[in-house]
Amino acid sequence: MTTPAGEGVAERLTSLVGALRAHGIRVGTGETVDAGQAIEALGLTDRELLREGLAATLLHGTGQRLVFDPVFDLYFPRGVGGPEGKSAGRENLRDRLAAALAADDQALLGRLAVEAVDGFGGYGSSPESDGWSSYQTLERLRPQTLLARVRDDVRGQGGSSGFADRLLEDEIRRRIDSFRALVATEARRRVAERRDRDELARRAVAPTADRVDFLFAGKARLAELRRAVQPLARKLATRLAARRRRASRGTIDLRRTLRGSLSTGGVPMKPVLRRRRPARPELVLLCDVSGSVSGFSDFTMLLVQALHDQFSKVRVFAFVNRVDEVTALLRHGTADPEGLSARIGAEATLTGWHDSSDYGTALGEFAEIHGDAVGPRTTVFVLGDARTNRSDPNPPAVRRIAERARRVYWLNPEQRSLWGTGDSVAPLYAELVEMHECRNVGQLSALVARLLPV
Amino acid sequence: MFTSVDDVSARLAETGYLASPAVATTVFLADRLGKPLLVEGPAGVGKTELAKAVAEVADARLVRLQCYEGVDESRALYEWNHAKQLLRISAGRDESWDETRTDIFSEEFLLTRPLLTAIRGDDPKVLLIDETDKADVEVEGLLLEVLSDFQVTVPELGTITATRRPFVVLTSNASRELSEALRRRCLFLHIGFPDEELERRIVRLKVPGLDEALARSVVRVVGALRAMDLRKVPSVAETIDWARTLLALGAGTLDETVVRASLGVLLKHQEDVLKASAKLDLDAL
Repeated sequence: MTTPAGEGVAERLTSLVGALRAHGIRVGTGETVDAGQAIEALGLTDRELLREGLAATLLHGTGQRLVFDPVFDLYFPRGVGGPEGKSAGRENLRDRLAAALAADDQALLGRLAVEAVDGFGGYGSSPESDGWSSYQTLERLRPQTLLARVRDDVRGQGGSSGFADRLLEDEIRRRIDSFRALVATEARRRVAERRDRDELARRAVAPTADRVDFLFAGKARLAELRRAVQPLARKLATRLAARRRRASRGTIDLRRTLRGSLSTGGVPMKPVLRRRRPARPELVLLCDVSGSVSGFSDFTMLLVQALHDQFSKVRVFAFVNRVDEVTALLRHGTADPEGLSARIGAEATLTGWHDSSDYGTALGEFAEIHGDAVGPRTTVFVLGDARTNRSDPNPPAVRRIAERARRVYWLNPEQRSLWGTGDSVAPLYAELVEMHECRNVGQLSALVARLLPV
Repeated sequence: MFTSVDDVSARLAETGYLASPAVATTVFLADRLGKPLLVEGPAGVGKTELAKAVAEVADARLVRLQCYEGVDESRALYEWNHAKQLLRISAGRDESWDETRTDIFSEEFLLTRPLLTAIRGDDPKVLLIDETDKADVEVEGLLLEVLSDFQVTVPELGTITATRRPFVVLTSNASRELSEALRRRCLFLHIGFPDEELERRIVRLKVPGLDEALARSVVRVVGALRAMDLRKVPSVAETIDWARTLLALGAGTLDETVVRASLGVLLKHQEDVLKASAKLDLDAL
C-alpha cells in the first residue's frame, strides 16, 4: 500500500474517523487511540489486515460495516494513480475477465477492475480527463454478458460435478456482482484523488439500512430493511416478556395473606402476592397500501407481519379508498412481504371507482363497518402519508375512532417539514391523533419501543 | 501471547480452529491491546469454539459464564457460603461476636463464580461470557467494572484486582441490543459465514472421511442456500452435520434423491425446505 507524501497515518486515521462520524457512526476518542495502537501493532504492509484491525477497534455493530468498507477504501486506497502501461483493449480485457471469473480468482479480479476503470471509465477532456465513472466502465465492459461464456468454460474444464452444477449460473452471477462492486470502489478511489476526499466520503457512501427513507427504498434495500425489522420484532417480544415478568412480582394481597394465616394461629407465615390479570393488548393496524407510498407499504407489510408474529390479537386493515380486513391473509411466519402485497391486492377490495387513496372515505368506511374492531383496550396504528388527493379528509371519522380506542397513533413516512404541503392533510389529522414522523428503521424502533402497549 | 497475525492463525489451526484473516487479526489485537473481544454473528459459526481454541493455544484455563435471563450477581461474581458460615458460628459458641464476625467473612467462606474466578490467581485464563445478550441489562453494569479495570469489589473484603488479566471473549447473537458502554470497552468482531475455500477446509478438517470433490459440492450447495432468502440459513455447524450425514449415508456424489432426503439436516423450517426444493429443482423428477 502506498501513502502519498505529506500525509501522516495519524492524520489519515483522524479524517477516516471524521468521515465515519459524518455517517452517524459514533466513534469516541478512546477508539481512535485504540485504532492507532492497532495500526502500530499490525503495520501498514497488509491492507486487508489493517482493514480488519481498524474495523475491530472503531466499530461497534455489524451494520456499520457497510459504511466502513467504502470509507476505508477511500482513505487507505489500494494504490495511487492508474496502472502502468496502456490497456490492451476491450475484447482482450473481456477475455481475461472471463478467465478470472471462471477461476474465481479474487486478487486477479481486483487488478482487472483497476485496469477496466483506467481503460474505460474516464470521461471529460483527455488526456487528463475530468472524472471516472463506474457506470460507464460497466456499460462498455458489460460483464453480465459473460455469463454464458464463463459457464461453458467452467463446464468445459470438467469443473462440473453432477448436482452442484445447477448452482453454477447463480454462483457466476454472484461473482459478476462482486466484480461490479470492485469497479465501483476503484472508480470512487480515482475520483477521490482529484476531488476532496472528505466531501466524497460524505456523499458517495450509502447510508446504513436504519437511516434509509422508506419511501425511497429500492428492491435491494428492502431486503436489507427486512433484516433490520426482523430483529426489531424479536427485540420487542423479549422486552414484552421481561415487562410481564416484572409485573407478576406484584404487591402483597393482605386479605388472602390473613386468611392463609388462620391455620398458623394468626401468624402470617406465607405472604400471598396480589395476582394481576394482564390486560391483553389489542392492536389494530390501518395501512395505506396505495401506489404513492409503495416503498412504505412494502415496509408496512414487513412490520405488520412482524407484529402479527408477536401479538396474538392483531387485526390488520388495508385501504386505498375502500377498506378491507386482511388479517386472514397474514399467516404466521410467512416472511414474504412482496407476495403478501400481491395477495392483498388480489384478494381484498381496496379500491372503488378510482385507484388513488382517499383517506376520508376509507376512514369513514372503517369507522362505520369495522367500528366494533376498536374498543377501550385497543391501540390503533394508522400507517400512511395522509395525502388524500384533494378529497374530503373526513375528520369526524378519525375523531370517532379516537374516541373508541385506547390510543391512536399515526405513523407518517414523510418528513415533518412536508406535512401540509400539496394535498397532505397531515396537520389536520395530527390535531386529532398523535402523529409521528417515521421515515426509517431507526425512527421506527424508537417509536415502537415507546408507543407499543404492554 | 502471539507474535503476529500469522502466528495466531497457525496456532489456532493446530487446535483445529481455522480462522479467517478477520478473526486472526482481531484475536491478535485483543491480545496485544489487552481488551475484551465481543464476538457477534449467527448461531453455529464458531463463536464459542473460538474462545475454547484460544484457551487451548494459550494453555490457559477456560472460565465460562453462561448467561441466561435472570443470571445475577451471585451467579456471575461471588456469593457467601451461608451453610458453612452457620456451621462456623455454631461451632465457635464461646467466642466473642467480633471474633466470629471477622472470621465468617473471610476467603474461606467465599464461593467464587466465573467473573471473580477469572480475575483471581496468577495462572493464565480465558474468560468466556457466552450469549451475553441473553442476560438482563443489570448484568451488563456488572460487566462494565470487571471489563474496564479487571477488578471486583466485595464489600466485606475490599477490591480484588487482577494481577494477570484474563483474555476475555464475549459472544452474542444480537437478540438484544447490548449497551453502547459495553461495546465501547470491547473490540468488535463479526464472524459471518466463511468463504467457500475456508469452509471447504473446515469441512475437510472436521469430517476427515469426506473426499475432496464431495466436500466441494457440499460447500457449494450450502453457499447457494445461503444466497436464498430463507428464514434460517444453514450455518457452518449445519454444513458439518450435513457432511457427516452424507458420509453416514455412504453417498459418493450429490444427486436429487440424496439432497432431498437429507435437506432436513440443513434447513429447520418446512417453508425453507419447500422454497429450497423449488429453487434447486428437486421436484423436477
